[in-house]
Amino acid sequence: MSVAESVRDRLDALPDIGLVAGFMGAIWAIMLVLALSVGGAEWANLAAGFIGSVTVLIGGYAILALALNLQWGYTGLFNIGIAGFMAVGAYTTAILTAPTDPAAGAVAGLGLPLWVGLLGGMLAAAVIGGLAALPALRLKADYLAIVTVAFSEVIRLTVNWSGLAEFSLFGRTLGTGGATGISFESANDVAGSLVNGVGAPVAAAFQGVGVSAPNLANLTYGLMLMAVVGASYWVFARLTNSPFGRVLKAIREDETVTQSLGKDTRVFKIKTFMIGCALMGLAGVLFRGQAGYISPSQFRPTITFYVFAALIIGGSGSNTGSILGAATFSGLLFYLPARIGENVPLGTRAPSNIVEAVAALGSLDPFPLVAYTVGNVSTLRFVLIGVVLIYIIQNQPDGLLGHRNEPAASVDLDRSRADLGGESDE
Amino acid sequence: MSESSGTERQTATVDSDSIEDPLLEVDGLRKQFGGVVAVDGATFAVGEGSLTGLIGPNGAGKSTTFNCITGIHEPTGGRVTFDGQEITGLPPYTLANRGLVRTFQIARELSDMTVLENVMLAPDDQVGESAIRSVLPGLRDDVIADEEAVRDRAWETLDFFEIDHLAHENAGNLSGGQRKLLEMARVLMTDPEMVLLDEPLAGVNPTLEEKLLERIHELRREQGLTFLLVEHDMDVIMNNCEHIIVMHQGSVLAEGDAEAITSDERVLEAYLGGEV
Ligand SMILES: Nc1ncnc2c1ncn2[C@@H]1O[C@H](COP(=O)(O)OP(=O)(O)O)[C@@H](O)[C@H]1O
Ligand SMILES: [Mg+2]
Repeated sequence: MSVAESVRDRLDALPDIGLVAGFMGAIWAIMLVLALSVGGAEWANLAAGFIGSVTVLIGGYAILALALNLQWGYTGLFNIGIAGFMAVGAYTTAILTAPTDPAAGAVAGLGLPLWVGLLGGMLAAAVIGGLAALPALRLKADYLAIVTVAFSEVIRLTVNWSGLAEFSLFGRTLGTGGATGISFESANDVAGSLVNGVGAPVAAAFQGVGVSAPNLANLTYGLMLMAVVGASYWVFARLTNSPFGRVLKAIREDETVTQSLGKDTRVFKIKTFMIGCALMGLAGVLFRGQAGYISPSQFRPTITFYVFAALIIGGSGSNTGSILGAATFSGLLFYLPARIGENVPLGTRAPSNIVEAVAALGSLDPFPLVAYTVGNVSTLRFVLIGVVLIYIIQNQPDGLLGHRNEPAASVDLDRSRADLGGESDE
Repeated sequence: MSESSGTERQTATVDSDSIEDPLLEVDGLRKQFGGVVAVDGATFAVGEGSLTGLIGPNGAGKSTTFNCITGIHEPTGGRVTFDGQEITGLPPYTLANRGLVRTFQIARELSDMTVLENVMLAPDDQVGESAIRSVLPGLRDDVIADEEAVRDRAWETLDFFEIDHLAHENAGNLSGGQRKLLEMARVLMTDPEMVLLDEPLAGVNPTLEEKLLERIHELRREQGLTFLLVEHDMDVIMNNCEHIIVMHQGSVLAEGDAEAITSDERVLEAYLGGEV
């Protein structure tokens, strides 16, 4: 039995909640060990910083991966404009909630409460997503891929455009801030006020061991994002474990057959695309806009690629797999190597280029290569991500959990008791 | 349509008025793929509650006719009427919801879904096909109640088709014959009025073939279903269909009962003489 298989069998034996909790726990433990080994007296603060940041990152990617899983994993809708739909959500929220009397040089908004802004952002992303999906009502999936990538770039260039940076509408001044970006009430402030308010006694205890207030707020924010992940998971699990989800899977498998069985697949595709985009819009503001500031450079197409990577690793078609994939990708492949690179001391023997590092192997000295690798891990992690993706596509094309048989139904599909004629003597 | 006059000659020999109570009427149906004329002015009718056979050599245009009737292909010309209403070019889901469904010659199972999921997909208007209902706590109870009924019906159907032992298997793992059975099971779960069957018996073992034909007769008797059957086994067609339509090179060559067809020289020629 290969390593991958034995890992997989062990994963299969756990209930999904346990699986996710165990995964997160393990990642936190790794962060803690790293903080303990490099932090010295500052370890507690460092650990809180690492754990907070990795949790925010995983939370953001988990929401995005869940949304993409609904669109692509379930329905086969190839959305390569994720960054654009995130931007629509984030910018809409920002414009709705930015203060009407901004600081000098900043752009004004409508000053609405945060929850209105978040709902508005989701709605706007859903509407734009619906528009983008219209051409995909035809049977050919390729149209959607082309249209979504075009949409996402148009959106990014539009918010970057100085012409919309500040304008007047119905006597009010607002805008996108252009390339400078836009500031608004940060969702992080909510975490901050939690820490200073109801959470004050807990906060005091944390501060007693040296955890700084910003790190504690960041950690709190990470946990809040995980709550959003939990809520999204709950909604999506019900959505997909139902006749609705069954139609989505059928569309992915063979749209003509699905239509021949009486399903108006256009309605299902549009709805699914809008729901997924709404969640991407929410992730756009909660994840990218954590600090209460967004700018066009935060919505580059690379993030779209990352979300696909996370979903492929986790297993397209599985909601639980989406979360595990997000954790593996963003926590272990993206975040961890960068922190190791920053914090592990290299001494003076680290070579300046790969040729020297490899040459040293000739004199049986592996240290220069190791030091070189660690020192450049921020760059090399992209190689690592590529290698992992190739490994998975070659050897484990269903990702961590995509192989699981998860029938889309709201009920237990075994033959009901009443059907088992012989056992009616109870 | 300027071409229709050219096909008059062929359709003139067909007396489709002889069908009493037609449920499906096809009039001058034409389908062209680039230079290939796959269906060339086919005209016929299928009586309500009948089991009508559609035969013809390979490439005669039978499958393409099915595709044009059921909205998979847009016909190049002609008219299709179902239950007294024109349905030419309507999309497959509209037709399925009106009770006109079909199976595919090459079985199109949804391979990454289980056999049970394939069958449970089929019923129309399931409560849980609404996104809101499947999510919201209060409303989901109706979804579950509806699904339990669908599940029980699905098991009965799988029992009948003798594929119940494969219920939790991915449909992609089924054998060719089993896939054919799944196609038929699925289509019957839609509660149809009329079913177009494109070579449903290919690859099915003789015992089950008998049983399927029996079932078809039973559904006609008890629920008044109408069947149009494409089948290569002449014995099956002759022994089961009260009306037979013969297609050749895209149009209807002859039609009538088994006796009339077997004694028709043009039919013998089309089957034996090839294209010449
Ligand atoms: N999608 C298509 N594109 C081009 N030609 C087609 C297509 N479908 C069928 N044909 C052609 O139409 C003719 C009739 O085919 P078909 O309807 O499958 O015949 P049958 O089912 O009677 O064997 C054949 O010559 C076939 O090659
Ligand atoms: Mg055919």
